[in-house]
Amino acid sequence: MNREAIQAPVEVTGTAVLENAVGLHARPSVKLTQLAKTFTARIELALSSTGPWADAKSPVKVMRVKAPKGTILHFRASGEDAPAALGALVALVESRFGEE
Amino acid sequence: MQLLREQDMTVGLVVVSHSAKVAEGTVDMVRQMVGDSVALAWAGGDPDGGLGTDVAKIVAAIEAVWSADGVAVLVDLGGAETNAEMAVEMLPEDKRERVTVCNAPIVEGAVIAATEASGGSTLDTVVRTAEELYA
Repeated sequence: MNREAIQAPVEVTGTAVLENAVGLHARPSVKLTQLAKTFTARIELALSSTGPWADAKSPVKVMRVKAPKGTILHFRASGEDAPAALGALVALVESRFGEE
Repeated sequence: MQLLREQDMTVGLVVVSHSAKVAEGTVDMVRQMVGDSVALAWAGGDPDGGLGTDVAKIVAAIEAVWSADGVAVLVDLGGAETNAEMAVEMLPEDKRERVTVCNAPIVEGAVIAATEASGGSTLDTVVRTAEELYA
C-alpha cells in the first residue's frame, strides 16, 4: 500500500484483457464492483481509452458494459488510493475473477 | 447528513414474492453471487402454502434481518407491494422510516441491492442503485 500522501488528484490508467469464459457478466460484475467499493478513489471502466466511462462502483452500470471474453477493459482511477485500486482491479480481471 | 454507523453493519434485504419458491430461489441466488456479508430473508406464499403474500411473514422477515442501517425490500407483483407496505406500517414507529420498498425488478434488484449493501452503502444508496434498473 502506498502510504505517501498525494496532494493533488492524480489519475492513473490501466488495461486488462477479459480472459474468463463469460466475460463481464453478472457474477464478475458483482465481484468487480465489490472490490472497487473497498477503495476511496473514483474508479471508472470503459471498452475504449476514450470512453464512455462507467462508474466501477455501480453494479448496474458495470453490468450494462456487457463485455465478452477477449475484450480489453480500460480503467482509470483518481484519488489517494488510485494506484492500489487500479492494481487490484487489473489483478482481479487477470485472475479471471477467481472462478476458473 | 450521515449518521454514525458501526463498521460491521450493513443494510439488510428482504425478498417478497407470491411464490415461496421464487422468494427462496432469489435469496439463494443472491447468496451465491454476492456472498454472506448481507443479511437476507424472504417471505413468499400465503398461510396455506398457495400463491400469495402474508403480512405477518413479511414483518417476521424484516425483523429477522433488522439493522439500524435499515432494510431494503424487493417485491414482485401488486399484492406483494401493498402487503410489504402494510408490513412496514406494522413495525414499531422508530423502525418504519428505516425500511424501504424498492421499485425494482425482484431478482435483478435483489442482486444489485445486495452488491451495493455489501460495500457498506447507506439504505438510500442501496435503494437508488436497485431502482437504476428501471431507469
